[in-house]
Amino acid sequence: MKEDGYESLDFVGCALHTKKEGPRLAGTQMVGTAHPTPDYHLNRREFLKSLGGGIIIFFCIGDPTALQAQRRGRGYPEDFNAYLRIGSDGRVTCFTGKVELGQGVVTSLAQMLADELDVALESVDMVMGDTSVCPWDSGTFGSMSTRFFGPALRSAAAEARAVLIELAAEHLQVPSDRLTTKDGVVFDKNQREKQVAYGNLAKGKIIERHMKEKSALKTISEFNVMGKPILRRDALEKVTGSAKYAGDIRLPDMLYAKILRPPAHGAKLTSLDTSAVEKIEGIRLVRDGDLIAVLAKNPDEAEDALEQIKAGFDVPKAEVDDENIFEHLVNNAPKRNVVDSGGDIKSGEKLADIIVEQTYLNSYVAHAPIETHTATASIEGDKATVWASTQTPFRLKDDVAQVLGFAAENVRIITPFVGGGFGGKSQNSQAIEAAKLAKLTGKPVQVAFSRAEEFFYDTFRPAAVVKIKSGLTKSGKIIFWDYGVYFAGSRGSQHFYDIPHHVTVTFGDSGRGEGSPHPFATGPWRAPANNTNTFARESQIDIMASKAEMDPVEFRLKNLKDHRMLRTLKAAAEKFGWTPSKLPPPSAGWGKGCACGIDSGTYVAHIAEVEVDKNTGHVQVKRVVCAQDMGIVVNPEGAKLQIEGCITMGLGYALSEEVHFKGGRVLDLNFSTYELPRFSWVPKIETVLVKADEISPQGGGEPAIICMGAVIANAIYDAAGVRLFQLPATAERIKEALAKPRLSPAVIGDW
Amino acid sequence: MENVSFKLNGKAVSLTTNSQRMLLWVLRTDLGLTGTKYGCGAGLCGACTVLVDNEAVRSCRLPVKGVEGKQVLTIEGLAQNGKLHPIQQSFIKHDALQCGFCTPGMILAAYSLLLKNPHPTEQEIIQHMDHNLCRCGSYARIIQAIGAAAEEMKGAK
Repeated sequence: MKEDGYESLDFVGCALHTKKEGPRLAGTQMVGTAHPTPDYHLNRREFLKSLGGGIIIFFCIGDPTALQAQRRGRGYPEDFNAYLRIGSDGRVTCFTGKVELGQGVVTSLAQMLADELDVALESVDMVMGDTSVCPWDSGTFGSMSTRFFGPALRSAAAEARAVLIELAAEHLQVPSDRLTTKDGVVFDKNQREKQVAYGNLAKGKIIERHMKEKSALKTISEFNVMGKPILRRDALEKVTGSAKYAGDIRLPDMLYAKILRPPAHGAKLTSLDTSAVEKIEGIRLVRDGDLIAVLAKNPDEAEDALEQIKAGFDVPKAEVDDENIFEHLVNNAPKRNVVDSGGDIKSGEKLADIIVEQTYLNSYVAHAPIETHTATASIEGDKATVWASTQTPFRLKDDVAQVLGFAAENVRIITPFVGGGFGGKSQNSQAIEAAKLAKLTGKPVQVAFSRAEEFFYDTFRPAAVVKIKSGLTKSGKIIFWDYGVYFAGSRGSQHFYDIPHHVTVTFGDSGRGEGSPHPFATGPWRAPANNTNTFARESQIDIMASKAEMDPVEFRLKNLKDHRMLRTLKAAAEKFGWTPSKLPPPSAGWGKGCACGIDSGTYVAHIAEVEVDKNTGHVQVKRVVCAQDMGIVVNPEGAKLQIEGCITMGLGYALSEEVHFKGGRVLDLNFSTYELPRFSWVPKIETVLVKADEISPQGGGEPAIICMGAVIANAIYDAAGVRLFQLPATAERIKEALAKPRLSPAVIGDW
Repeated sequence: MENVSFKLNGKAVSLTTNSQRMLLWVLRTDLGLTGTKYGCGAGLCGACTVLVDNEAVRSCRLPVKGVEGKQVLTIEGLAQNGKLHPIQQSFIKHDALQCGFCTPGMILAAYSLLLKNPHPTEQEIIQHMDHNLCRCGSYARIIQAIGAAAEEMKGAK
């Protein structure tokens, strides 16, 4: 070990300039008490010094070579993407580019760290999503924090513990193999009074280590903090109103901006009259190309002023709307991409006794976080600081630097608390606008989307079409599976049943991309693609069970070999008290259904009970049981909270949520037409965490939402005798289906 | 510009402004209390809920002149002398929040319910809270937290 610490650092392309004693900037996501206050204009050496000495472990998530390639030329150090520090006060701080959006990683990551390092959870601080003090990170999405960041963090903590033991051996003059650790103290196993606290081991020096290899991690029986239900660590700030979000940042002379928006995507400005606004005292008008904004000392004054602008737009003729979009998508699909295949479909078809061919439709849905996209930007000289509600602070940093023409290292993004993301806050246009306006006006500027802007600029989950042709034998064995999905994306498209002849193909993915047929932006939405794929697959499976005159749970068990799915489905059925029954259903207005799926390495099985009012078409979900195999469970309380959240949020895309539009005009402006789930919709929720300690921790924030469309559609069939082939299963669609129960939906295009 | 005076979290405040401005923006900008949130601007989500004379109201739809001479309570005024209100404690204890953005509105809506109905049934809680939206899906926990807080407050009296 080099005790001169930072001398050995080799920071590539690090060109930060020096400035001592910079201001402490409020708002960074920090949970804990010991808040370091490094200034972002420090160079690395001074940055390390500013941490106040201690033991610092740098580590890397994933393959360092890949990381270097990804970051080449960005001016960042390239060999690590997170680090932790043990200070002389004994507090442990983890610096990571991941962010807390409500999903609870601020708690679960701290738990992992505390456990491997043998310190109390209370002595761990998390500093997240601040680009000046946290190393580069791609963003917080895809249920990756626990799965990929978690193991690296645990290794780093284990490495830190090994370093501490080494130092203690010297300090106590005891061979290291006689030493062990507990609660932030190293002690002699044979002589407990021979001990030294972690904080006393660095002795004011900076001791630095880079993780080379993975350290041995604790096994489950050794866990003290992991696996225990721990309450959220950020709750106090959130229940007292002191938690700061991007819109709560207040800076001297700050202006609030409201920006002129087109009435539809693709619209072009044809006339502009700002004369009325120019007469209003205290209002500043800015025009920079397409960016036309009014700024005021209060946001409501800016809003009122914006209404005084007279603007004419040329709106392109609407070609598509929420009715004809599906046909449009299929007709404009790019070429097929085979995701997976096995056996031979033609042979499978010959062996099938029953063939089911069906088309499933899923609508555009909005992320609709209660906090709209918000950012506050401040520019001093050639340096910018932006507080943003974002899931991708480092991408935003690059974008802001590019737009302003600033060096990347002179841009700092701070992620305060974020009021929900669900994938939608990977898009950061509001922060770019705030930065541009701050530069143009020379004042700090806040941009907060109105709810209508939030709907308009949302990157919706794409509308999608799934076509499935599948067959089974008289004995109820699925023999072939021919699956094609248009525009949802491939995640969750692969089936997990035991089917000898199968092919899965995708046509287009979820992003907007070149030549996208979508009339507006689309993007990832909580468990991207998987909600659509699971709805289609599990509906099809249910139809086949019905054709085979088998109970839907028994039919699935018969066609499964994957032991994780088998145990997960069995756990759900057991918790629910499922009693097998043969279809057709009694259509008594009350029914149950099941669905299962895989997402982010986690297996889920849901069983739901619903009540359908056949006169109004209204569906009330009464009870949902969810069994989840997510490997080792880091925080059972947090995991259950996420499952409940998924089930509750999933009621929306299953029953009510769909974006209404005409061409590029988004018709939903607020929650009056775009209906989110409410208190009165919430079923009784029961969760089972399947024991899976042989598997490392897997994703938890998204998996339990993927079955909600299918499980409700299947339960509606059991309750009312009608199949819904399109989500959401609105009251109107159910009434329509009840009126024509034998109508099968049109198969769109040629198979 | 008019003068508007009212009591905010127990303290007298007086300001000169356009009294047609919505209370939400006056609270958040003029008075610096950012715990009250903007969610929809149309009274549809409840993130901006505050209490006016003990009634839960949507501050995004209430002109500030409407609180002249009245008592306004925001989330910042609920804890007394550094001690959390039982509803706040109960939200923490039940993990009844995720991103936390709707939380101030939820807590104040719950507070107004318990003022009127100290022992609500689960159905009464749901009915009262039904127009406050939580996108993260913490409803089930919030219902539990409110019920438990009601119990706690009963014990305290």
